[in-house]
Amino acid sequence: MSATLEKGLRVLKEVIDAPIASYFNSCVHCGLCAEACLFYTETGDPRYTPIHKLEPLRRVYEQEYTLLGRLKKMLGLSKPVTDGELDQWQELVYNSCTLCGRCSAVCPVGNDIVYMVRKFREGMSASGHAPEGIRSAVNRTVTLGSPMGVKLPAVQAQMKHVEKDVGLPIPLDAEGAEYLVVLSSMEIINFPEYLGAIARIMQQAGKTWTLCSTAFEATNAGIQIGNSDLAKVIVSRIVEGAEKLRVRTVISPECGHAYTALRWEGANLIGRPFTFEVKHIIEVLGEFQAQGLLKTEGFESDRLTFHDPCQLVRRGGVIGQPRTLMNMVAKNFVEMPDAGYMNWCCSGGGGASAIEEGEALRLQAFRKKKSQFDAVSPDRVVTACANCRIVLEESLEHYNMDIPVVGLTEMIAEHIPNKPQAAARAEGA
Amino acid sequence: MNALQFLTWVRGPGLNIAIGIFMLGVLWRLLEIYSLGRRKDLSAPRRTAGASGLHTVFRRSLPAPGMLKYSPVSYTAGYLFHIGLVLIVFLFAPHILLIQNAIGLSWPGLPSRFVDMITVVTMAAMVAVLVDRINKAPKRFLSTFEDWFAWTVTFLPVLTGWLAVQHLLLPYPTMLALHILSVEILLIVLPFTKLFHAFTLFGSRWYNGQVNGHKGVPV
Repeated sequence: MSATLEKGLRVLKEVIDAPIASYFNSCVHCGLCAEACLFYTETGDPRYTPIHKLEPLRRVYEQEYTLLGRLKKMLGLSKPVTDGELDQWQELVYNSCTLCGRCSAVCPVGNDIVYMVRKFREGMSASGHAPEGIRSAVNRTVTLGSPMGVKLPAVQAQMKHVEKDVGLPIPLDAEGAEYLVVLSSMEIINFPEYLGAIARIMQQAGKTWTLCSTAFEATNAGIQIGNSDLAKVIVSRIVEGAEKLRVRTVISPECGHAYTALRWEGANLIGRPFTFEVKHIIEVLGEFQAQGLLKTEGFESDRLTFHDPCQLVRRGGVIGQPRTLMNMVAKNFVEMPDAGYMNWCCSGGGGASAIEEGEALRLQAFRKKKSQFDAVSPDRVVTACANCRIVLEESLEHYNMDIPVVGLTEMIAEHIPNKPQAAARAEGA
Repeated sequence: MNALQFLTWVRGPGLNIAIGIFMLGVLWRLLEIYSLGRRKDLSAPRRTAGASGLHTVFRRSLPAPGMLKYSPVSYTAGYLFHIGLVLIVFLFAPHILLIQNAIGLSWPGLPSRFVDMITVVTMAAMVAVLVDRINKAPKRFLSTFEDWFAWTVTFLPVLTGWLAVQHLLLPYPTMLALHILSVEILLIVLPFTKLFHAFTLFGSRWYNGQVNGHKGVPV
């Protein structure tokens, strides 16, 4: 698959739809989106103004889809989009955008700017201007099965470990289970506690669940790079796995973009509605809690705050559940300024954390998050996205801040009483 | 052409041409934009109260949480001049008379002393947003010829209208003719510049609200 400018421009023409046309025509250059973008607020560089990141896309729109633009193009009065220009824009479309969507939340004329960035990336990818870091993550996912190169034997090894640790079976390829649990590589390699937590939670709730040998990886870098063809290949594995095992619900792990890929983009990628439901693990926990299937005991006593993963909250609509769950197990839960819907990104979402050459900028942008932490001085930070977690850990270390970061699902599981079977039976009755 | 002939022309053929271009332009641009369509979203929707296209059309008229402090001039001066323009255009007695003559509809106007005051405030607010555009880095950076041009063609009708009513600078008929001419220029360029946001902002807000409302996020 060779990428060329011609291909890129064709893709850009294809992705332009009525919303994008409406958005470009509505922009009055008020620049308010800049104030919502951590890459602008922390650098003061107006090039990072979100709407400016779309300038090549805007010109393609104008030149191809407006009467005046076509006239100008015919008369040779318009500036064509070139390879050199798209190359310059790589930094603006990828390194300095985490698809956090704050810009879309503040635009006074209502432009959904992040919607356009996501589509613009399709053209950037097709023209060969996506950053090497995300490109190789996608290639590994397509060829090996996971962005970190994790294969089934590694998963099985972790399963054995976890089974020994928590003393509960980790089912694989169990047909007819209610839930199919998919993971992110990060959880397989760095945070195996997640799998143990799931086992304990499901045991208590009395629910059947399974992993799938052909669909264990949930992350989808195809979404981040902006290549729908590859994103489709990756998401199809999960669809096939879920349909083969006849599960009712697929549980997306603590990973923001995995959720977006599966929950919101998946059906559109494969071109038909899913035959199963997709829920983020936090949504499932919220449901169990509401149904009385999730019982915890004891409380964390240190000062905790919750970092909202953008894709879960602002881009995903799971806003209340993390709060309910935090309050189940935390006595001293404090909210950061702007928490919830308007939360600031960890600075490494949307594939940004995979871009090596973007690291310095990312760490600079992290100062926004740092200021949120400074405002409440937490002892620990809880979150629900493995990528946020890694990025937060690395950035906190860079700034010599000694604040551990933990996953919400694991924290909940730690508070599940140690007689899970009896409790589950009592509840189930 | 003397002042009176000039006034007769801008009031008659000039106005007709301008309104014609404006109406055809608006119709063409709306078709050009919204006929592009979009794909149906196949993902299962999540329903949340307050999350829909219509909600966002209204909600976006207010600053997003926490934004007012970042750009107070944009919001305060922005509100003032937009509201001012609407009041001047639709509640100044001579304007209502013009509309009545054209389409037969009429409504009570504001006393001209009030309209005078509103006009001065509107002009001050417009100058404030202009200064803000020069002062604020992202605004200045984004600005092209079109932004300065759009500001000018919006400001001129207000200024000339006010000067005409106050009998300042030029004889009344000349200033009135200039006022009408400036409105005609505004009407002609509106569909083809960023001023067209007056129409598309409703569609944009609706799409944004609908796309995110599908996810259960009230934006």
